[in-house]
Amino acid sequence: MSQPRLNPKMLELDRLWKIYDTPKGPATIVKNFNLKLQEGEFATLIGHSGCGKSTVLMMVAGLSDLSKGNMILAGREAVGPGPDRGIVFQSPCLLPWMTAFENVMLGVNQVYFTASKTERRQLAEYYLSVVGLADAMHKKPAELSQGMRQRVGIARAFALQPKMLLLDEPFGMLDALTRYELQEVLLNLWRKNKITTLMVTHDVDEAIFLSDRVVMMTDGPEAEVGDILRIPFERPRSRKQIMEDPRYYELREHLIGFLNDRSHIRPSREPDFQPSIDMAEELSGQLLSSPV
Amino acid sequence: MHLIHRFKLDSVLLPLGGILICLLIWTAISGKSVTTIKTDDWGDKVTVTKREGVSADLPSPTETWTASKLYVTEPFAKRGELDQGILRFTWLSLKLVAQGYFIALLLGTPLGFVIGLSKKMTIALDPIIQVLRPVSPLAWLPLGMVMFSGVKLMDSSGKTTFGASDAAALFTIAICAMWPTVMNTAVGVRAVPQDYLNVAKVLKLNRWKTLWKVLVPATLPYMFTGFRLSLGIAWLVIVAVEMLTGRPGVGGFLWQQYNASSFAHIILCILTIGVVGYVLDRLMSVVEGRFKTA
Amino acid sequence: MSAPLIQLNNVSKSYGDTRVLSNVNLTVNEGEFVAIVGYSGTGKSTFINMISGLLKPDEGTVLMNGSSITGPGPERGLVFQNYSLLPWLTVAENIALAVDEVFPQWSAAERADHVAKYVAMVKLSHAAHKFPKELSGGMRQRVSVARALAMNPKVLLLDEPLSALDALTRANLQDEIAEIWSNNKTTVVWITNDPDEAILVADRVIPLLPSAPATLGEAIPITIERPRDRRAINHDPVFKSLRSQLINTLLEAKSRTRSTASVTLTLPDILPEDLNYVNTFQFFNRHGPRRRNELKREEVEVSA
Repeated sequence: MSQPRLNPKMLELDRLWKIYDTPKGPATIVKNFNLKLQEGEFATLIGHSGCGKSTVLMMVAGLSDLSKGNMILAGREAVGPGPDRGIVFQSPCLLPWMTAFENVMLGVNQVYFTASKTERRQLAEYYLSVVGLADAMHKKPAELSQGMRQRVGIARAFALQPKMLLLDEPFGMLDALTRYELQEVLLNLWRKNKITTLMVTHDVDEAIFLSDRVVMMTDGPEAEVGDILRIPFERPRSRKQIMEDPRYYELREHLIGFLNDRSHIRPSREPDFQPSIDMAEELSGQLLSSPV
Repeated sequence: MHLIHRFKLDSVLLPLGGILICLLIWTAISGKSVTTIKTDDWGDKVTVTKREGVSADLPSPTETWTASKLYVTEPFAKRGELDQGILRFTWLSLKLVAQGYFIALLLGTPLGFVIGLSKKMTIALDPIIQVLRPVSPLAWLPLGMVMFSGVKLMDSSGKTTFGASDAAALFTIAICAMWPTVMNTAVGVRAVPQDYLNVAKVLKLNRWKTLWKVLVPATLPYMFTGFRLSLGIAWLVIVAVEMLTGRPGVGGFLWQQYNASSFAHIILCILTIGVVGYVLDRLMSVVEGRFKTA
Repeated sequence: MSAPLIQLNNVSKSYGDTRVLSNVNLTVNEGEFVAIVGYSGTGKSTFINMISGLLKPDEGTVLMNGSSITGPGPERGLVFQNYSLLPWLTVAENIALAVDEVFPQWSAAERADHVAKYVAMVKLSHAAHKFPKELSGGMRQRVSVARALAMNPKVLLLDEPLSALDALTRANLQDEIAEIWSNNKTTVVWITNDPDEAILVADRVIPLLPSAPATLGEAIPITIERPRDRRAINHDPVFKSLRSQLINTLLEAKSRTRSTASVTLTLPDILPEDLNYVNTFQFFNRHGPRRRNELKREEVEVSA
């Protein structure tokens, strides 16, 4: 089991709330959400659509304000968005009038403004080549397939060497097989960089294949952490190995079981809630403080 | 293969057919000169030429061609201030349109950006725009004359090169033509996807860079739609402006020929205005299409 | 022995100079449920359009009941990803349009009964008089399936029927179509890009290998009992091995298509600046970026 280093903490979300004002009065989307990520950890938020998992991610990204609570990134209070948190959105959000290379360069020029032009170009070319776009980097997004565009999105995020990587259902719009390919691309880059990552998904297989820890969210509104599962597979991982591992289908069953049967159970409202082994361990280890 | 071939042929033949039908209808309703020999009260024979037809004074296509031939075959001739080849007139008109249009874009685009970016500006300026937008060029021109009555630029020989009527003409073209640019730019700025703005935010691009790297390119397709519509209006306005100021140009020529009862030349002017407007619109469409795909 | 329902012999198809499909051989017997799984853009639609008769093969033959397919016909019902319903007709009218076309000899009452039967089969009786725009994507696709089935086709051809739907609706429709199939045993050819979906619904899954040009791989018979419960199946060792066999076949075929070359790329050892503190003096005290002091040169596999 790949034991995450206990310190330093890269991200601490402390009693996060998100309340929207609606004509019918305030709506609480996220309530008292706590999460701590270790440096170099790959964590996944999983839950049904509308449970607020993307809202949490957008708050970490700084693109959505916190209604209440604190967010500490690498020991500092993080305010607003910034290139220290690289984001890969569901749609890759490439600027359509720029080539793939120019899209990456836009960010690279910004955060490496003290470096020489040659070095900046090398950096962009390196990351675009690693994601498999060596011969397509000077094409416009419209000329690229959906999967290739998402590769550009991944290259753009990694090229900035962010402190954290935020992935918002990064492969949600791709078909199953292309998704598998892109997961490999992502994992390949992640293996080299070990950037602390928080991913949001509803794909159980994706969560198991990529992450160290899966945080399951209860149904919204007022979503909270319903369960936690550690993924014990050694890295580097190979899909073939994992699929043949007997533990894989146990983990899969655990996650599917949560999504199908237990996602409505809120630990904070159940007096006799029995946390799973992994969740209990984290609760006792104060990794995840229980909602007050 | 067969289909493509037929399609190409159709795209030539069908419009030609349409034009032919139009010409036939025109011929049918236009007046014809009928010469009759009558015996008058004194018993002398006199020839009387009278025009007859549904629209007696409307010249037929052939009459139009005969009367206009000189202007078309010698398109750049200059025989007098208001007697020039048709392309020479077109050129004069286009020059004026270009100047006014340029002013319209120069004012309209930034105004569109300001309105698109700020909700408060939208609320503040929207009523003014909505009121000014439908005002006809015929109404603006007199105001322009009053506003710029003091304008008089002369060359060394004392000839006025840029007077009140020139200023008023430009003012009228600009203020009539700029609204589509303003509105479309504003709509375009508002329609910039939040995704693109998020990219700018995450990268902490400064205001200037956000404007030039994200907002302007994202708005370009809308801006060019506005530019195209503005050009169309500018070309509409030019005729009215030239008629009122009596400047040499297609519109001025048209008005003068109407006063001279030379109806064939009116038709020549209308066709010229239509064709030039169509060509301008196609050219802008090509430019617009470029930015659409980008 | 009677001829198989559908038979493709050495079929190839090119668009211009690009060969999309080559050497495709397939036999579908009466009552079979066959799924073809492949990547997007590898000729799956071309493949099904040749069976439907919308496209002609360049080489080889496409036979139905032993005779060559010359054009589309009502004996082959088609369901597309984008529903293709007429927006100005209600659910019942959309289906009636097809029924009237195929069974003109029936009385009006017979035809109406027939329409009602198929509307009920896809559980849309309550929505029979709604327009497509009032229906969810899943419901629209059910109408589309009902319309195809109402023509009593010999074979139902489904071209990625569920790709535009969300995961939950997709799962429900998979179960429903599998159930309808179990009840009336129409022959089905189902094109999909989702291996799980294929294994859940089909008797036989054939991977479409993304070589250039693409061709069909070896068929994988699915012996799992019906009805298949998507939860219970997780514990089935047969399912697990079939799933990994199928996924691995496809992933390996894809990786073989990439002719890779090694390129040595330089990864500069520069570190990003912290843009939260741009206005401090630190940038004036040093020239150039902070460095890791280990210039990396790396061999990277890139597609050639």
